[in-house]
Amino acid sequence: MKRFILFLPLILFLVLGAFLYKGLFLNPKAMPSALEGKPVPAFKLLTVTKGDRVVTQADLLGDYYLLNVWATWCPSCKAEHPYLLDIARSGIPIYGINYKDDLSAAAKWLSDYQDPYRFSVFDVEGNLGLNLGVYGAPETFLVDHKGIIRLRYAGVIDNNSWGKKFVPLINTIKSEMTEDSTS
Amino acid sequence: MRLLVTMLFSLLIVLSSSAHAGSVETYQFSKSEYEVRFHDLNKILRCPKCQNQNLADSNSMISQDLRREVYRLMEEGRSDDQIMEFMVMRYGDFVLYKPRFDGVTYFLWLGPIGFGVLGLLILVVVVFRQRKSRNAIVSADESNGEHLSVEEQEKLDRILKRDSD
Repeated sequence: MKRFILFLPLILFLVLGAFLYKGLFLNPKAMPSALEGKPVPAFKLLTVTKGDRVVTQADLLGDYYLLNVWATWCPSCKAEHPYLLDIARSGIPIYGINYKDDLSAAAKWLSDYQDPYRFSVFDVEGNLGLNLGVYGAPETFLVDHKGIIRLRYAGVIDNNSWGKKFVPLINTIKSEMTEDSTS
Repeated sequence: MRLLVTMLFSLLIVLSSSAHAGSVETYQFSKSEYEVRFHDLNKILRCPKCQNQNLADSNSMISQDLRREVYRLMEEGRSDDQIMEFMVMRYGDFVLYKPRFDGVTYFLWLGPIGFGVLGLLILVVVVFRQRKSRNAIVSADESNGEHLSVEEQEKLDRILKRDSD
């Protein structure tokens, strides 16, 4: 017992050391989202390309989908764009949130670089973005078939993040969907 | 020529004023206490984008939006707690510079007090033990002195006597 007490400071030091060492490699930008597990907030907005059509959160329901926050002022969005086109071609529905942008510039972007989105809502005030806890672009949300946000990803989607973060969750959602349809 | 100069001048004024309006917002508060609370809240709410700045300090787009939102909620008559809850619902606990006391942060809040108490306990134990062992040595000396046997006493006397001769 006496000997154990002598080693106590060393043990404390090692525990603290391991804790702080791990802290060195944490990404401070990776913030837990407050909205994971919650439904997509209500909105009623115009779209970028569909003229006077007003869409709400109900228009998104049915399948699982990606909700991608983008803007023409955001260079990383341009880097992400080809990857989004690939995802859209693979059959996964993507809806866009055009965040605090200029309508004609946004429409031009979509016609110039192709449009991966089913539609993009035009969130010029950033209110939907604010309700989603968006603080920049690009950001992508994965929403399940019940309209619940399952993942929030801040930053550019690439092969690595897609494979690690999105694919496993999409598989989970798919199996939940088959369970729901059989039961 | 004069017309051109005037036009250029007015264009410059228009451009500079619009550039200025983009970076500095002014809010008209319906009550003067709102203004105080507005500035206090902007100091304790953290900018999600710039991480180590508060809303008052940062001029990023998101901070401007959040300040506008704080203003809007305040004019709606919401309390400080409600406004903070509004922010936490959207941006998580991260937006609060002072973490709230809950299941995740209890160690953060109570840890220092806990370590203080632990240190004090160790100090008390060490001091108490030392005092006890010193008393033990003193009392051992005393008890030995009281119980000199007859032979020992004679031996001591002889030594003392020899030295005095």
